Amino acid sequence: MKRPKIRIGVTGLNAIDNPGPGVPVIRGLLEASSFDAHIIGLAYESLEPGIYMHDLVAKTYQIPYPSSGADQLMDRLAYIHEKERLDVIIPNFDAELFSFIKLAPKLKAMGIHTFLPTLDQFEERLKVNLPEFGKKYGMHVPKSESIYQVSDHKKHMDELGWPVVVKGKYYDAGIAYNSEQLAGYFNKISAKWGLPIILQEFAHGTEFNVTGLGDGYGNTISAVPMRKQYITDKGKAWGGIAITDEKLLKLTRHFIKETKWRGAFELELMKNKKGEFFLLEINPRIPAWVYLAVGVGQNIPEAYVNLAMGKAVQPFESFESGKMFVRYSWDMIVNLSDFEKISTTGEL
Amino acid sequence: MKINKHIAVSDSGFVFNPVTGESFTANPMGIEIIEMLKQERTIAEIHETLLQKYHTEHTTIEKDVADFFELLKNFSLIDRHETTEN
Amino acid sequence: MEKLRYERPLIKRLEGHMPSKFGMRTDYTPKTHIDGVAVAELISQHGSPLFVISERQIRENMRRARKAFETRYPRVQFAWSYKTNYMDAVCSTFHQEGSWAEVVSGFEYQKALNNGVDGSKIIFNGPDKTDSDLDLAIGKNSLIHIDHLDELYTIQELAKKQGVTARVAIRVNMDTGIYPMWDRFGFNYENGQAWTAINKIMQSDAMELVGLHTHIGTFMLSPNAYATAAYKLAELARNVRLKYNHEVSYIDMGGGFASTNTLKGAYLPGSDVSPSINEFAEAITTALINSDFPQNKLPLLILETGRALIDDAAYLLGSVITNKRLSDGRRSTILDVGVNILFTSFWYDHKITPAQPFTQYTEDTVLYGPLCMNIDVVRENINLPLLNKGDQVVIHNVGAYNMTQWMQFITLRPKIVMIDLNHQVHVIRENETLQNLLELERVPDHLKKFDL
Repeated sequence: MKRPKIRIGVTGLNAIDNPGPGVPVIRGLLEASSFDAHIIGLAYESLEPGIYMHDLVAKTYQIPYPSSGADQLMDRLAYIHEKERLDVIIPNFDAELFSFIKLAPKLKAMGIHTFLPTLDQFEERLKVNLPEFGKKYGMHVPKSESIYQVSDHKKHMDELGWPVVVKGKYYDAGIAYNSEQLAGYFNKISAKWGLPIILQEFAHGTEFNVTGLGDGYGNTISAVPMRKQYITDKGKAWGGIAITDEKLLKLTRHFIKETKWRGAFELELMKNKKGEFFLLEINPRIPAWVYLAVGVGQNIPEAYVNLAMGKAVQPFESFESGKMFVRYSWDMIVNLSDFEKISTTGEL
Repeated sequence: MKINKHIAVSDSGFVFNPVTGESFTANPMGIEIIEMLKQERTIAEIHETLLQKYHTEHTTIEKDVADFFELLKNFSLIDRHETTEN
Repeated sequence: MEKLRYERPLIKRLEGHMPSKFGMRTDYTPKTHIDGVAVAELISQHGSPLFVISERQIRENMRRARKAFETRYPRVQFAWSYKTNYMDAVCSTFHQEGSWAEVVSGFEYQKALNNGVDGSKIIFNGPDKTDSDLDLAIGKNSLIHIDHLDELYTIQELAKKQGVTARVAIRVNMDTGIYPMWDRFGFNYENGQAWTAINKIMQSDAMELVGLHTHIGTFMLSPNAYATAAYKLAELARNVRLKYNHEVSYIDMGGGFASTNTLKGAYLPGSDVSPSINEFAEAITTALINSDFPQNKLPLLILETGRALIDDAAYLLGSVITNKRLSDGRRSTILDVGVNILFTSFWYDHKITPAQPFTQYTEDTVLYGPLCMNIDVVRENINLPLLNKGDQVVIHNVGAYNMTQWMQFITLRPKIVMIDLNHQVHVIRENETLQNLLELERVPDHLKKFDL
């Protein structure tokens, strides 16, 4: 049977040491059995490695940064769509999700499908809202408090205890062992990401991650837990093993059912000595280690595209255990003329 | 005013210095001036050519070309020590 | 041979971490016309810089806001916030659209009377109301929103003297989860001050408690905070009902809705993140309807929205004085528009577009104003086409606060024009002249002569 051709725009082609998920997503898409993927890269910077991977990406277009506004992004996407007739776009950066969620209805009207969380889902899982989120959906989260002035931390330290995790509204975090360190992180992070700063109880234990896919009606389409085996100095997994912890899977299904999560996600969890899991963070997108899920039999990018296209997708029931991923870096040789082309025309 | 002879300039506005490995982009006016520099035209000739071709005043061209040369110098595309002849 | 359009030469280093804007479709749709009138024409007629207000946009904004609230709630009244923009032509446009006046000083109160607003449709807010201001407002049957206890006692005295009952409300401040909490204005909800003030009013014959007022902050991006505030006011109204069997006739939710301007330091532009008026309306009206008010006795909902109704109805036109290269290689452009007339550039990254078409080539630029003062920075960093001396620019979303907080400093303040619905341009405020200022000054005789 001939597989239908689907034209898919993918962002996050920055396969560097702190990698974006674009390249692994594309690998999953190219291995899909239900369709024949034609990949259009969407890049912000001219050195994103995915731009130059011609065996994975048919053509790449530069797109404007989210900070230039949804209108400009829309104009650019309209131009790209005119040339490429995209069926689906998979945005893979945290910072661009807000814009794509807002643009989703317009994209749909043009014939471009997305499969993103709702704005409410996107916002209620923000770090500032995590305590509320935990209460609402009955999930353990570490205690946390938002502060607007350094001195306000004193009110909360009895409850939070030292050390404490100092987090920015969107990105960045540090672990402070005393008030001086806390003030240092507060100033550094707030200068970059603004207020408030979130103080989060430091959770001791082992970190676990789960990636998965919800259909928007509370059903779990996919869920694959992973334990990081090696962590880089940027805090990213360089090796990880797929695990079959039933408690983790149950927790993930609970999360999807309660929030009616729509789209892909990554849960970051901590397991303490008593074996209790605490939810540290929810990333509302596919993680960079998604190819592990593909490798153990749950092709999340493929299912994502089928859901976006409005097809019925059978939930994955199981996955192969005993597999791990080891990341590696790879030096490509690139013709300067390619760099020239993407730099001067914004297309390659 | 000598421009580095090895500089490669393409129609797309891409400027590449193979000695340093740096690359740049220039607008059509910038490319036009670089091309004239490669042909060893004097600053006065460059001014005159632009004035004939474009709708503007001499003072504007003089100011903008001087500024452009500053950029070229900053980017080591023309020799830093050779700035006052012509 | 016809000469070609000139553009200054430009070369940029390509850096790996920087996205190249070359070759991309231009980000800068020029703004050549405002409501059908050419920017170039406006400047040649009226000079540069020049404030331009669109009557059409004001009316559209007002109608959209009314629709947002009136489709969700039966009784709604807007009151134009004078301090946001008290040009008489602007205020009158809002009054024609049905808005009452909301003032915060004797000066603004007089302005509202001058504009022909009936005293009973003026809401008098703010901490600084003089005895004579209050006396006048009581006599004119205005709605006086009490800020502090001293004011409460003064009103009581003045009303007794006049032998009338003053119509009052109290301003309530409260914790709505918003930082900073505006607890300097009015009476606090959580610590019981507000309830104490209400009891004092209810026990006085000289005052009638007609409403409850709050104003939780400015440039609010969270509609939910308004819902919290509305619940708390409804709770106070319920306590009044239970204790005194008295219904307050209105709830005034103040203003503070964000406009589409982009706050400095924000990652996403304001046009993407600022909630729409519908979202604020939904939060406020749902809270009121779900509260304890009897369904047939829902209070009048008053809104003092300023910024969100006027910001995008005004533009500031300016011209390029010169371009300079700074010592560190950055490009700078000096405009004839400075912080003296664009006060809001201290907290917004204003959208600025050229008023004439350009190529797609752009350069990162610092935009300075014309003042001989280091603080005069309009944009610290903006990517703009290659502007030449004399080129014109349009600064967007300047309707709120600039025409009231501007200062006469170093230069004179420019003209303001309004474009009406038939594209006719009206001068609504003349250029300030040297004479205007000298009229106010006096030089003592012994200082009048000097030899240099």
